Amino acid sequence: MSEEDLIRPAGSRSEGSVPESAQRILELADDELILGWRNSEWTGIAPFLEEDVAFSSIAQTEIGHARAWYELAARQTERGGVDADALAFDRDPDEYRCAPFVETRLVPDWARTIARHWLYETADAIRIEALKASGDPEVAGLAEKIDREETYHRMHADMWADRLRDEARFRGAVDELWPSALGLLEPGQRDRLCEIVGREPVEANERGEHTEELRPLWEEMTMVRRSVPGASW
Amino acid sequence: MVTVERVWEALGEIPDPEIPAVSLVDLGVVRAVTVEGARVRVEFTPTFLGCPAVDVMREQMAERINELGAEAEIDLAAEGWSSDRITPEGRRKLEESGFAPPAPGAAPTTLLQLQEIVSRCPYCGSEDTRLENLFGPTPCRSIRYCASCRQPFEQFKTI
Repeated sequence: MSEEDLIRPAGSRSEGSVPESAQRILELADDELILGWRNSEWTGIAPFLEEDVAFSSIAQTEIGHARAWYELAARQTERGGVDADALAFDRDPDEYRCAPFVETRLVPDWARTIARHWLYETADAIRIEALKASGDPEVAGLAEKIDREETYHRMHADMWADRLRDEARFRGAVDELWPSALGLLEPGQRDRLCEIVGREPVEANERGEHTEELRPLWEEMTMVRRSVPGASW
Repeated sequence: MVTVERVWEALGEIPDPEIPAVSLVDLGVVRAVTVEGARVRVEFTPTFLGCPAVDVMREQMAERINELGAEAEIDLAAEGWSSDRITPEGRRKLEESGFAPPAPGAAPTTLLQLQEIVSRCPYCGSEDTRLENLFGPTPCRSIRYCASCRQPFEQFKTI
């Protein structure tokens, strides 16, 4: 039997049955998990040591936030046996709800990496602020907790955006990523992002369709889990 | 018979998995202890959600409570951790082991606010220190540099 036969292919297991309210939480969780993964790709190869540490730490916090959201979504899912790991790793790529914005591999392009980091943290602050006012106390409580940790991501992103603001490569990267960045947010939240970033609204690259880059990421991310069901490490 | 005091005492002997000089109680990670007969319920809150030591903390607390002859239920508290929860004893122990404790008070929201905080070098006591990196070896720490003794050191983030 080849290695390929041992690794469960996409489409062979699906948790299904996740209620709509939890699906909304999954958007946040999936964004944080996939972006955390992408940010972790800088570990060991960032332009200098401070950024190596920074991007690794940011990735770790984002994946921690993803876990907390997945745990909440799992609690809200009636069917037993669904836990955070099952939601993170056992769905098919098509079932992920992340925005196309977080899926692209940007290593080794530092200008685009910083542009995405800054746009993401700015947009994320807007939706976290809204979630803190959620009628669901569990959602509001978690958003409050996450917001305090994210403050450090925002300081880091703003520092870089200030430094690169007049650089052509950075400006070009923001132009390129802008329609996808808008797609992170609910339509009603987008004006606020335009205001902070100082840009005009354009047609957003919406959540729903995935880029071709999600599947290879998913293959790598879930390989151990698919090879050895129930593996822990 | 297990008492609440006895449980706090036992949890106060568990070293933090990453900085063994301080205990889980010193760090303010343990929030509440309730005892009902032979059942002990602990509510705790890790410093950061992404803290990889959460599972280790959970196991160690359960183990200590079992040693007291009680059953343990370890739950995550709804409220998040804040660096103000580190006890005065915890701050002292941190500084003695070469970590600057978090600056007290409200968490900074901008880099400028953060840079205005005066931070004392845990090695030589100088206040001539600067922020070197917002991020450090764990999510809860930043890196600073002391211009006086020329030594980098780690500081707990204020959150």
